Amino acid sequence: MAKLTKVDVEHIAKLSKLELTEEEKSKFAGQLSNVLEYVDQLNEVDTIGVEETSQVTGLRNVYQKDQVEENTLTSEELQKNAPDFRNDSFVVPAVFDDERF
Amino acid sequence: MKELYKLSLSEAAKELALGKITSEKLTEAVFDRIHQIEPKVDAFITLNEKAAKEQAKQSDKRRNNHQPLSAIDGIPIAVKDLFCTKGIRTTAASKILDDFIPEYESTATKKLLDAGAVIVGKTNLDQFAMGSSTETSAFKKTKNPWDLNRVPGGSSGGSAAAVAADMCIAAIGTDTGGSIRQPASLCGIVGLKPTYGRVSRYGVIAMASSLDTIGPMTKTVEDSAILLKILAGHDKNDSTTSEKNVPNYQKNLKKDVHNLKIGIPKEFFGEGMDPEVDKIVRASIEKFRGLGAKIVPISLPSIKYALAVYYIIMPAEVTSNLARFDGIRFGLSTIKKQESRDKKQTLEEVYINSRTEGFGDEAKRRIMLGNYVLSSGYYDAYYKKAMAVRTKVKEEFEKAFLSVDLMITPVSPTAAFEFGEKSADPLQMYLSDIHTVPINPAGVPAISIPAGVTKNNLPVGVQIIAPQFAEEQLLSAAVALEKAIGFRNRYQPNL
Repeated sequence: MAKLTKVDVEHIAKLSKLELTEEEKSKFAGQLSNVLEYVDQLNEVDTIGVEETSQVTGLRNVYQKDQVEENTLTSEELQKNAPDFRNDSFVVPAVFDDERF
Repeated sequence: MKELYKLSLSEAAKELALGKITSEKLTEAVFDRIHQIEPKVDAFITLNEKAAKEQAKQSDKRRNNHQPLSAIDGIPIAVKDLFCTKGIRTTAASKILDDFIPEYESTATKKLLDAGAVIVGKTNLDQFAMGSSTETSAFKKTKNPWDLNRVPGGSSGGSAAAVAADMCIAAIGTDTGGSIRQPASLCGIVGLKPTYGRVSRYGVIAMASSLDTIGPMTKTVEDSAILLKILAGHDKNDSTTSEKNVPNYQKNLKKDVHNLKIGIPKEFFGEGMDPEVDKIVRASIEKFRGLGAKIVPISLPSIKYALAVYYIIMPAEVTSNLARFDGIRFGLSTIKKQESRDKKQTLEEVYINSRTEGFGDEAKRRIMLGNYVLSSGYYDAYYKKAMAVRTKVKEEFEKAFLSVDLMITPVSPTAAFEFGEKSADPLQMYLSDIHTVPINPAGVPAISIPAGVTKNNLPVGVQIIAPQFAEEQLLSAAVALEKAIGFRNRYQPNL
């Protein structure tokens, strides 16, 4: 199941919000197929009834007080690294450009 | 006295406490060394010279008033360029953060600053800490101080090279699958990966959040003990940090390994290992035996699947963590190019164009791999499967540690390799982490200490592994082995 086609790579590039050249598509298809082939060996392991580990030191739910933090970044501080920032907001291209909106 | 830049952290702390040296002199010596050696080694992305010299002055004032902030007050420390440092450019060695200047401080660097440390600069790394040679950096290739034609290892290659070349007194790095230990081994220094959650990850640019750890990279084991005490502890900004008490690791260093049971997991001594590395690791095992430790052969059968587990879980988490780089709030963005284009970019095009331009190949590979294993139809087959095998790996470590106190293994199957030797084939590069990667899914601490050199004068480290939160035992055994080997007095890079 591990051989990635060019179409597969185009699909995951789309999911990843990346644009690839034709050359990159074939390069990544080969490289990623090799990795997937390698990880396929996990199918040899019997994991029936084995719980999945996502937190390795055994912590369960960690709660914090539901209160506003005082020392969060200010609008001026946020602005410094933003490509376009106006009226206390990050500026992005309009999402709806259809005249009906 | 030897040159000041050659001092270890504990030696420098002693000299400063006795008033024999000043932070200003020490910091100046380190920067003089950097100006001499850095053009050859390329360990740093950003130097912090002006601010560092000011920090040193302030430190000397505190010492003059008999009010040092800690034992390491005034000591020059280098920081991997993955830690957000307020007001100091932080790039993750990626073009996408080329001109990013954080507005806040990571917990780890804040703790260093609160202890009075002088921040020398930000060290080079594999882009987003993804790699084993520091070759995926978008900025420069760091050279191994022991042989400038070879890689320093990675991803914390800049920190390892800076320590090995005496361009700082100590450094910090991050370790998700070996990124502290493998470069430490390849550069002949000490690298400690603590238990997951022992040191806060807050403000460290995330790679794989369930695996990422932060730790010291130092000239001696004692230095790692000193730094771990400063870095460790609970942090409300990282809910995965442990509330367990932080012991005084340095004070509790016992140099006695009598009757310790040390396991030798046979799975770490398989094919693909360089015979010279094998010989050096086995000699270290004999040193332990000579010190009175009991050597016990053991087996961790699921270990051989750990690298496969890692190459599913890690990219899955990378995909989520790198989704924040979208060209909207910070980092490289094509928004500004709006006017110069014939066609206006849509919002989605801003995402795609910014990411495509900003990320390097290795980041792209891992993002895509992660999206593949998480995507509909593959989630159970890859991701859930890997999480279950992770449990087996973790349980085998736990079970083994019921019968042994520590384990000893190689760090890397080979000494430092040449530039380009593995970078064309990602899978080959991934396989170079085969002995360090299994530690992270299990969450246990491990240390790499230099154990010898090959006939080409390349350093080789050994890895000692302990149960979760047993850093005291780990460091105690490491300090005993370090003394028995005497590496630092016998070998050094020829720069």
